[in-house]
Amino acid sequence: MVIEALPLQATAELFPNGISRYAVGGLLVGLGTVVIYLGTGISAGASTFLESTLSYVSDRSRFQQYVSSRDWRVVFTLGIILGAAVYAAVYQGGAWTTDVQPWRLLLGGVFVGIGTRVGKGCTSGHGVCGVGSASKTSIIGVLTFLAVAIITAQLVAALGVSP
Amino acid sequence: MSDDRHPAFMPLILVGGLVFGFGLAYSQMARPEVVLDFLQFEDFGLVFVMFGGAAVTGVTFFLAPRLLGRAPLTGDTFERRLKSFDRNVLIGGAIFGVGWGLSGICPGAAYASLGIGNVTILWALAGMFIGAYLQGYWRTRSETRDTAATGAD
Repeated sequence: MVIEALPLQATAELFPNGISRYAVGGLLVGLGTVVIYLGTGISAGASTFLESTLSYVSDRSRFQQYVSSRDWRVVFTLGIILGAAVYAAVYQGGAWTTDVQPWRLLLGGVFVGIGTRVGKGCTSGHGVCGVGSASKTSIIGVLTFLAVAIITAQLVAALGVSP
Repeated sequence: MSDDRHPAFMPLILVGGLVFGFGLAYSQMARPEVVLDFLQFEDFGLVFVMFGGAAVTGVTFFLAPRLLGRAPLTGDTFERRLKSFDRNVLIGGAIFGVGWGLSGICPGAAYASLGIGNVTILWALAGMFIGAYLQGYWRTRSETRDTAATGAD
């Protein structure tokens, strides 16, 4: 009994909310990517939307290179918002709002906007599509942003910033 | 170009987005608090979101080019997502890491967060557009300068 209980206890500490919601959610994220890929051959990432949408209002070449994909990227993002809204309606019973402070969201968002575009991808482009492609570039990208994010989050928490 | 697109192209993108967004909300990754708990080693469950997603794409990206011909809605070949490696991957990745660790939100999760009613996430979305614009502004300028310095490339 003791032998059986120890791993269970360790698992409960590592995963206080279980793993099923994470695993099921991750499989669905992969499925959404695969639906688009099998129909179109496109590996859709989420962060290109930021630049492709800027091409509607700026004629800079960095944004204009995405003109041909900007329309479907808007549709993809609207789909993500709607899909999450369906989840909220079915499982959440209304709106949920974060307690993380606005300055963290705004400043963090600026870094995310710069970093994902300079670094050629985000959690979905590098993380889901790139790792799924066994791309060395993406694996290095993921290890980089994951390590730096862990250090940053721990530092911010150690400085007493919460939430 | 868009005139030539298959009539099912946009509907399929929308369906894919719906499943993707539902999955992000279901995984709780649309909540910055859950991401921050992961990064602070309080709940490692988030590992399963990315690896769950990558497992599904991994099998598909491996099999589709071998078993299927061309994508039905575009006629394009099935390829893996391979990007060239340079120092930008490390620099950009590190900058993204600072932002992700500070805010607990990444682009796809931010769109999904809006969907679960989290209007506060508009701060992060505004920041992401500002950041994307800043890097585009800088890099377009440096490109122009490089081209001017080295002539036609």
